[in-house]
Amino acid sequence: MGRYFRRKLLIYGLTFVIAVSINFAVPRLMPGDPVARMLTRNSVSNPESSEAMRSYFDNVFGFDVPVWQQYLNYWAALFKGDLGVSVYAFPASVSSVVLDALPYTLALLLPSILLSWVVGNALGAKAARNKLLDNGVLPIGYILTAVPYMWLAILLAWLFGIILGWFPVAGGYSFALTPNFSWPFIVDLLHHWVLPFLSLFIVALGGWAIGMRNLVIYELESDYSNYLQALGAPTRLIRRYAFRNAVLPQITGLALQLGVVVGGALVTEVVFAYPGLGSLLLNAVTNQDFFLLQGILLFIVIGVLLFNFLADVVYVLVDPRTRLGLEGGQS
Amino acid sequence: MALQVEDLRVHYRTTKGDVHALDGVSFSLEDGEIVGLAGESGCGKTTLGKSLIRLDGRMRHVGGSAVLDGDELPIGDDRAMNARRWKEVSIIPQYSMSALNPTRKIGKMTAELLRARGKSYRSLKGELVRRLELVGLSEKVLDNYPIELSGGMKQRVVMVLSTLLDPSLLIADEVTSALDVTNQKAVAETLVKFRDMGFVKSMIVVTHDLSLVYQIADTIMVMYAGRIVEKSPAETIIKAPKHPYTKALIGALPEVGLEYGDERLKSIPGKPPHLLEPPTGCRFRDRCPLASEECFQEPPKVVVDEGHEVACWKAEV
Repeated sequence: MGRYFRRKLLIYGLTFVIAVSINFAVPRLMPGDPVARMLTRNSVSNPESSEAMRSYFDNVFGFDVPVWQQYLNYWAALFKGDLGVSVYAFPASVSSVVLDALPYTLALLLPSILLSWVVGNALGAKAARNKLLDNGVLPIGYILTAVPYMWLAILLAWLFGIILGWFPVAGGYSFALTPNFSWPFIVDLLHHWVLPFLSLFIVALGGWAIGMRNLVIYELESDYSNYLQALGAPTRLIRRYAFRNAVLPQITGLALQLGVVVGGALVTEVVFAYPGLGSLLLNAVTNQDFFLLQGILLFIVIGVLLFNFLADVVYVLVDPRTRLGLEGGQS
Repeated sequence: MALQVEDLRVHYRTTKGDVHALDGVSFSLEDGEIVGLAGESGCGKTTLGKSLIRLDGRMRHVGGSAVLDGDELPIGDDRAMNARRWKEVSIIPQYSMSALNPTRKIGKMTAELLRARGKSYRSLKGELVRRLELVGLSEKVLDNYPIELSGGMKQRVVMVLSTLLDPSLLIADEVTSALDVTNQKAVAETLVKFRDMGFVKSMIVVTHDLSLVYQIADTIMVMYAGRIVEKSPAETIIKAPKHPYTKALIGALPEVGLEYGDERLKSIPGKPPHLLEPPTGCRFRDRCPLASEECFQEPPKVVVDEGHEVACWKAEV
C-alpha cells in the first residue's frame, strides 16, 4: 500500500508542477499589457513620468527580467507563500485578496455539494425500490441535471428575490453593515447565502439521485443479491448490502465534484454578485491581473489535487477490493 | 418421499406473451436420491430448479404443486417461501463465483445472514469450520473477502454455505459449468459426499453435461421444451435410452477409446421450439428422425421398466 501512495504522491506532485507552470504561462500569453492598463487608469499623459511609472511598476511586478527568470522567481516566491501583488486591487497582496474571498466560496460550495450528495443519494436509493417515487424522482432529476447553474440562479433570484422579495439578490452581506462577529451580521450573511446555495444544491441534487438510483438497482439485481434472496435473507439485509456497495462509486464522484465545481460556482457567484473566488476570477480576467489570476488558479489547482487525493485515500479505505488489489491478495 | 412435483407450470412474462418454460412437469424424488436434470439450453432445467426455491421477477407460477416432506411449497408466494428457503430447500447457484457480497468478509456475511434467519452464528461456527475443512478450505477463509479466493474456492465456500442448515432438498444449478475438468470432478464428488454425510437429503443436479451427472446421479431426467421426456436410473439412460431425444443427446457424446479422426461428432439438427406458443403434440417432432402421423397427438407416458418412464409414441415396452 505504501508503494501505491508513494506513486500517487509522485503523480500528484508532477501534476502540480505542470499546473503551476501552465498557470504561469497562461496570463502572459493573454493579449494586453497590465502595466499599460494601470497607467491609463492613472491617466498619466506626460511621456517622461509615464516612463518612470512604467519602470517602477515593471520592477514591482517583476516584469523587468527575462521570462525564464520570472518563472524561477515565481517558483521561489511561491514557496515563500508570496503570490505577488494584485494589479486590480493594488497594492493589496494576492494572498490577502484570495484569502478574503475564499471563505465565501467554501461556505457556498462545501454545504451545497455535501448536502446535495447526502440528500441525492438517500432520494435515489429510495427511488430504486419505490415505483411511485421513481416515477417522480427520475424525470425531475433529469430536468435538474440538465438545468445550467446560472439559469436556475437567475430563476431563483427572480422568483424569491424580485417577485416574493424573501431574499436579497446580490452581495455577500448588506452594504450597510461592516463585517464583524455579531448576530445581525451573521443573520444577514445567511440571508444572502440562501439563494446562491440553493441554486448550486438543487442542480447537483438531480445528478446524485439519478446515479444512486441506477447503482442501487444494479446492485439489487446482482448475483449476490439473488443468492441472498434464494437463501431467504430479509429484504432489509439485501438492501443494506446493495446501498453500501452502490455508494462506493458515489464517493469518488463526490471527491471529483468537490474539485471541479468551482467552475459552476463561478457563474453562480457572478449572478448573485457573491464576493467569492468566482467573482474574483472574473475581475482578475477583465482587469488582466496576472498575479491575482495565477493566485486564484493556484488555489483551484490545489483544491482539485487535494480532493482527488482524498478520493483515492477514502476509496481505498472503504472498498476492500481496491485495498486488497494493492496488497496483493492471497489465492 | 422427499419431493413430489405434480403438473408444475411456470411461465415467463414477456411483452410478447407468456413463455411456457415449464409446461406440466411431474416427478418425484426419494430421500437420499440424487437426480440429474439434463437437456439443451432453453429446455427449462434452470427454471425448474429456480421454481422450487425462488421465482424471479418475470416468472409466474401458473399451476401445479410441489410437496416437500409432506408440506406443500408455496411456490408462487415469495414471502411464505422465505421460511422454507435455506432450511428446507437450498440452492447452489450457477453464478457461485459472484454469489458473495464483494465488500464483506465471508465470515461476517455468513454471520449476518444467519442472524437475519434467526440462527446463532456462534453455535454454528464449529460446524461451518468443520465443513469448510471437509472441502479443503481452512478457517482463515472466513476472514477473507471473496476477491481473495480463487474461483474454485469461492464455489466450495458457496457449497458449504448453501448446505449449512442441512436442507432436505438441494438444487445444484450448473455447478460445474465454470470449472476446469479436475475441479468439476472434485465438485461432483463433494456433492455426493454431502449427501452421504447427511448434509442434504436429496438433490437435483441441473446440468447439460450428461457424462458428469452420470457419475454421481442415481436417476437422470431429460427435459425437452419445458417437459420431462424421459426419466430412468442413470445407468439405463446411458446404456438403453428410449426417447429419440435422449438417444440423440447420448449419440452426441464422444466415447472414450474411440478414434474420431476427421469424423465429426454427431449433433442434433435444428433447435428446440420457441415456448411462446409451444407446438401441440410431441415437441421434439420437428427434429425427430422417427416422427410420424401419431406424433401430432400428445405422446403417452410409457413405463418401460421399473422406474423408467418415457413420453414417446415410439417407445417400445
